[in-house]
Amino acid sequence: MKRTSLAALSSAAVLMALSTPALSASVTIAIGSEVTSLDPHYHNLSPNNMMARHVFDQLIGQDHNQTLVPGLAVSWEPINDTTWEFKLREGVLFSDGTPFTADDVACSFERAPDVPNSPSGYGTYLNGKTVTIIDDYTVHISTEAPYPLMANDISTVPVISDSVGCSGTTDQFNDLTAAVGTGPYVYTDYVPGDRVVMGRNPNSWRGEAEWEEVTIRMIGSDPSRVAALLAGDVDMIGQVPTVDIPALEANDDIVLAQGVSNRVIYLHMDHFRDASPFVMANGGDDIVNPLRDTRVRRAISMAINRVAIQERVMEGLSIPAGQLLPDGFFGVSDNLSAWEYDAAGAQALLAEAGYADGFELTIHTPNGRYINDTRIGEAIAQMLTRIGIRTSLEAVPTNVFFTRASRGGPNETPEFSFILAGWGAGSGEASSPLRSLIHTHDPANGFGASNRGRYSNAEVDAVIEQALVTVDDTERAALLAQATEMAIEDVAIIPVHYQVNTWAAREGLTYTPRTDEYTLATGVTAN
Amino acid sequence: MGVFILRRLLQSALVVFAMATLVFFGVFAVGDPVWMFISPDMTQADIEQVRVSLGLDLPLWRQYLIFIGNAARGDLGVSFVFGEPAMEVIIQRMPATLELAFTALLIAVLFGVPLGLYAGLFPESFASRGIMAGSIVGFSLPNFWVGIMLIMVFAVVLGWVPATGRGDTATYFGITSSLFTLDGLSHIALPAFNLALTKLALVIRLTRAGTREAIHMDYIRFARAKGLSERRIIGVHLLKNIMIPVVTIIGLEFGTLVAFAVVTETVFAWPGMGKLLIQAIQQLDRPVVVAYLMLIVFLFVIINLVVDILYSMLDPRVRLGDSRA
Repeated sequence: MKRTSLAALSSAAVLMALSTPALSASVTIAIGSEVTSLDPHYHNLSPNNMMARHVFDQLIGQDHNQTLVPGLAVSWEPINDTTWEFKLREGVLFSDGTPFTADDVACSFERAPDVPNSPSGYGTYLNGKTVTIIDDYTVHISTEAPYPLMANDISTVPVISDSVGCSGTTDQFNDLTAAVGTGPYVYTDYVPGDRVVMGRNPNSWRGEAEWEEVTIRMIGSDPSRVAALLAGDVDMIGQVPTVDIPALEANDDIVLAQGVSNRVIYLHMDHFRDASPFVMANGGDDIVNPLRDTRVRRAISMAINRVAIQERVMEGLSIPAGQLLPDGFFGVSDNLSAWEYDAAGAQALLAEAGYADGFELTIHTPNGRYINDTRIGEAIAQMLTRIGIRTSLEAVPTNVFFTRASRGGPNETPEFSFILAGWGAGSGEASSPLRSLIHTHDPANGFGASNRGRYSNAEVDAVIEQALVTVDDTERAALLAQATEMAIEDVAIIPVHYQVNTWAAREGLTYTPRTDEYTLATGVTAN
Repeated sequence: MGVFILRRLLQSALVVFAMATLVFFGVFAVGDPVWMFISPDMTQADIEQVRVSLGLDLPLWRQYLIFIGNAARGDLGVSFVFGEPAMEVIIQRMPATLELAFTALLIAVLFGVPLGLYAGLFPESFASRGIMAGSIVGFSLPNFWVGIMLIMVFAVVLGWVPATGRGDTATYFGITSSLFTLDGLSHIALPAFNLALTKLALVIRLTRAGTREAIHMDYIRFARAKGLSERRIIGVHLLKNIMIPVVTIIGLEFGTLVAFAVVTETVFAWPGMGKLLIQAIQQLDRPVVVAYLMLIVFLFVIINLVVDILYSMLDPRVRLGDSRA
């Protein structure tokens, strides 16, 4: 239904676009997720972080490829094993006219992990780091052990103003009184659940921002967001649903921007139980968990036709994956590419492992968390059934899925045997998925938090841990690549593809796609 | 009448309490909200700390006792997602929903009663058959589909009105509403019509049925025999009598319009309570879900009360003290 309706839409939209007045000085953008607060430290949540980037700066910025670029700091480097020196940008003014100094940095880093009622803050990035003010424009941040990811962590934390922001409550940010930053824009209006309006920051150190007024609207329903674009309500939308892309592509008045994201969609399987609850012999009898056999895991990976998923399920909007992050990111391996589809080879491997007749398996996927997640699961279930692993699919609502997948079983173990999930590397480098997905589940040391298959390999662990204390970039990149190769060789997880995200705008606008999936007004330019 | 109202309010307190308990345990059973809040980069220790800070580490019965204790003092908890008192978050979005529901109700009554009356008075006419067929369509088409079709036709193809969102607001007599501005009216037209559609169909059918029945009653014949004008017979004697079921239904339906405009609000990105409820359920924001449903139960109790009082005004034979609801 959706498809035909939008085909009809596109021809109609030709008329519309002609009658839409071109508003050169302002831009309205619709996003699919909801901003829950304008307090940049309240909740470390994608839509909130995305919104904050318009108004607040970090010491270190992330460009559209998540490469670290100077923000409020002009340079940063380790001065010894445990201390990093940040040289701050001089002459920066906040939107209220007060100058930016090291005090603002210190108080921001103090407040960020510790906002009252925060559902999850910045402690992950700031705990264990000590900030020392050397002079107005020099800050030292030290850790107890060598910490190479300092710059990545610091690039996540928004800097607010010492004079009004740090003492401000979340309420005061939401009513805009405390929302004073150094970013290109300032908030001018906030209607929770509806819109955020911004104007130019008169004191921006970057010079004048492109748009005089920016309105970010929150439209969660996919068809409505597309319709809002076609009707001219908004100038650009993010999170374009894949089914609507062909119709939008055919529309002369709409331009699309597409780019690979930092998110890999992968399969996690039960590595730790001999009796896995959702794996059975044919006919439903108990069976010793075949997923612990590397050959079986390899057969599963070979049985998945990633190109078919790309073409048929994703409308071309995915890149078959062979590791945890796409090419070009820090710490990825140059030697890994996506597994070749080889059903016959997979069957042979299964037979070699003693499962010539296959077995029964249930794959669990979230429903609506990732682009086409359930449909990818359906395709994979069919592909596995073809090589003899009779696979059924259970799509679980997202709000239930992660609880059950993480600790739904006895003694808070993962409940499922075989899941589809996704991982976006917020830090933009390979240690993020390695430490959370691949490293042995180790709550005491903060490793393997999302290792829902409980894969455990001491050799891989050692390489990951080594990488995490190696400050030298070249060496660390090599170690991360090595750990990735070892994990993939052992089929710790099965990467399926990297998501490709799509933005759509009216003709005349250009958007620079971002790997972190953010929709930023700062990335929109008029031709 | 005072005793009647008091008893009603007491009963409602019990219902609200039972509801809150059910919802509290229901949302808990769905899943652990912590997984909806954390950022994936967090370590287990960080995750555990979030659980502690939200009070989710306590055993369920203790969480419940704390909730009940606070609720008794009028504190329904702080939204996990917004960090503000749950009731405040809801009240903030209430005007948008109320104006949408009110407009929808107005559309349903202003169009529904005359159309139903006409269809009842002239059941065989071509127009009446058209009205009745239309009302079946209004009933049976899924709300979200009609909503998207409305957007396509009137916003995308014809470009008469905006596709989504709430327009500019203005404040008169202390009420801030988008109904007071032209921009606001153009924004509300589609969602209000979408929301009104099933109610419109309902009012048409109720009015028609009532008219068909009442038109043959003795008092109508007597009025005719007395030589009253047709206008007075229909406008006073007939209409007053058929209004009782219509008022009852409209009252209750107003409740559902306010409480569950979820689909319409989602399709039209209307920043009201329904959109909030869906989001709160998806994110397991338990304080908001519980507070929302408690508010809705309370709302229904009040509406029923008002309906009962309206009865007694429409039909003097109804004595409030006698009814045992």
